[in-house]
Amino acid sequence: MLQTKLCKIKLKNPTILASGILGVTKESVDRIGKRGAGAVTLKSLCHEERAGNSNPTMFSYDGIFLNAVGLPGQGIDSAMKDFARLDNLSLPVIGSIYGYRIGQFGEVAKKMASLKPAVIEVDISCPHMDYGKPYYADPELTAKVTKIVKLNSGKIPVSIKLSPNVYDIKEIAHAAEKAGADAITAINTTSGMVIDIDAGKPILDNKIGGVSGPALKPIAVRCVYEIYETVKIPIIGTGGITYGKDAIEMTMAGATGIGIGTAIYYRGNDVFRKVCGEIMQWMKKNKMKNLDEIRGIAHKR
Amino acid sequence: MQQTETCRTDIPQMLEIADVVQEGKGQKSFFFRHSIASKPGQFIMAWLPSVDEKPMAISYHNKKEFAFTSQSIGIFTNALDKLKKGNKLGIRGPYGNSFSTKPNACVVAGGVGLSSVSIYGARSMEHLIYRKRFKNMMITTDDGSFGRKGFTTDALDEVLSRNKKIKIVYTCGPEIMMKKIFEICQKHKVELEASLERYMACGFGICGKCMINDKICCIDGPIFNSKQLNQMSDFGNFARLKSGRKVTIKEYHSTH
Ligand SMILES: Cc1cc2nc3c(=O)[nH]c(=O)nc-3n(C[C@H](O)[C@H](O)[C@H](O)COP(=O)(O)OP(=O)(O)OC[C@H]3O[C@@H](n4cnc5c(N)ncnc54)[C@H](O)[C@@H]3O)c2cc1C
Ligand SMILES: Cc1cc2nc3c(=O)[nH]c(=O)nc-3n(C[C@H](O)[C@H](O)[C@H](O)COP(=O)(O)O)c2cc1C
Repeated sequence: MLQTKLCKIKLKNPTILASGILGVTKESVDRIGKRGAGAVTLKSLCHEERAGNSNPTMFSYDGIFLNAVGLPGQGIDSAMKDFARLDNLSLPVIGSIYGYRIGQFGEVAKKMASLKPAVIEVDISCPHMDYGKPYYADPELTAKVTKIVKLNSGKIPVSIKLSPNVYDIKEIAHAAEKAGADAITAINTTSGMVIDIDAGKPILDNKIGGVSGPALKPIAVRCVYEIYETVKIPIIGTGGITYGKDAIEMTMAGATGIGIGTAIYYRGNDVFRKVCGEIMQWMKKNKMKNLDEIRGIAHKR
Repeated sequence: MQQTETCRTDIPQMLEIADVVQEGKGQKSFFFRHSIASKPGQFIMAWLPSVDEKPMAISYHNKKEFAFTSQSIGIFTNALDKLKKGNKLGIRGPYGNSFSTKPNACVVAGGVGLSSVSIYGARSMEHLIYRKRFKNMMITTDDGSFGRKGFTTDALDEVLSRNKKIKIVYTCGPEIMMKKIFEICQKHKVELEASLERYMACGFGICGKCMINDKICCIDGPIFNSKQLNQMSDFGNFARLKSGRKVTIKEYHSTH
């Protein structure tokens, strides 16, 4: 009932663990697989080891989740030893990568490709190095990164992960598709700040962080809706998906894959099974056999 | 149901330090007049603005107050050491699971973070803490400056051989010590619960660095029983750094 095809990869259901929520170790992939996810995205890796920011790096209140972990990671070289390969785990694994400079995206993509992930996802939301703007905020830079990753990934499909912090997400998605992207992941967190009035300071040590969780959902649905109108490649809709109804809403906006991250915090590692159960219940009630029946229907007049 | 799930809140709350008690050399307890619904073995995250936010076990609590005890070993704990009554810390939690608190128990502790003790080891007398709070405890110091000279592990082996009534051992302290305690308990067929430490950033199971094999230390632990420990090849051997890179326990403790 929930079987989904994403870039020719068969998923038992559309739910996918989003990058940066667990996904640091091989064992966490199996753990999330056992809890019902259709696929797992690893924590983003770059060309070097990074400790990330000091704490506080995350907290939550009122359905708002903030984080500024600062992209900690063991680095792709260490990960190659740690994971050895990604095609023999219990479910499809998406390898998330990034670099500081454009060339590094290619370098890391090549190494990631050697581990044989089902998909390579490119986090272009990292701080820029080569140019004045972050890669996600300029269609030409997005295209450059997409091209170099495609060039280094062989036959492995590539998904470009977009940020909502842009004037027009449609032109960015279009640029990625034109440069050869096989899918779009949308969205990453939106930027925010919370100040503790008793401390008189922003709570995050990094001061500014990314908002995720229920607060992000309307923004994510809007982005996926706009991207669906612009590109033909599949979209992994991510941002605030917590319940089955959110996943259905995201599918109606046009998503094929359903990214779930912060909801683990609210509903536990079992959130994948719970969300799938809720989607199926809704489908049965509405006499539906396949999610294709509702994909993108919000666009019909 | 949906309401309660997404209402979950984990944000530091600035609390005034009501009291500071010097426990041993470089070890201080910080008391807060604030109730916290905690069970033995749980921990909080303590935020010192502009410095850091780190996990600390709850070392004392009653209906009206709670405390944690910090040992100065680095930037954060040294900054805590300078705090006075009236200063504020951001507190969130409690987090983690708890000890089972069964009768006929023996508690083995080393260092700080202990909530109840019966065999307690420290480097030397000036590092001993809570000596007044707990009666009926066997103390070992590595250098023999107080109590029995030697390690808690030797003392435990002896106690378990002599006293067959002991059904369970609770332990916290350096992992190398706990690994030995685990082996001794297996030998004597006595149940063990150990409190493990890993690098923790969130405390609520999201950041993924504190994984010990397939367990997430901050939410599935920090307390693990014999059966779980027996299946953890990482226990006593490997931990992950802040970056997520896996290293030996020895390197883990010498790296930060
Ligand atoms: C569940 C739990 C309970 C703890 N309870 C206590 C306690 O009651 N009293 C106490 O003094 N200490 C406790 N600790 C350890 C305490 O968090 C570290 O000593 C402290 O973070 C050191 O910070 P630093 O900047 O002073 O030293 P650093 O130089 O940064 O670190 C020294 C060592 O402390 C450990 N450490 C550092 N940061 C962390 C972190 N974020 N999470 C886990 N370990 C870390 C590492 O082993 C490191 O090698 C606990 C740790 C955990 C995981
Ligand atoms: C703690 C945390 C860490 C994250 N780290 C990454 C990351 O390394 N790479 C990435 O592409 N996205 C990262 N994200 C963004 C998520 O993958 C996701 O796009 C975003 O959180 C929105 O989805 P959600 O509301 O389901 O969490 C992170 C999010 C959180 C909360």
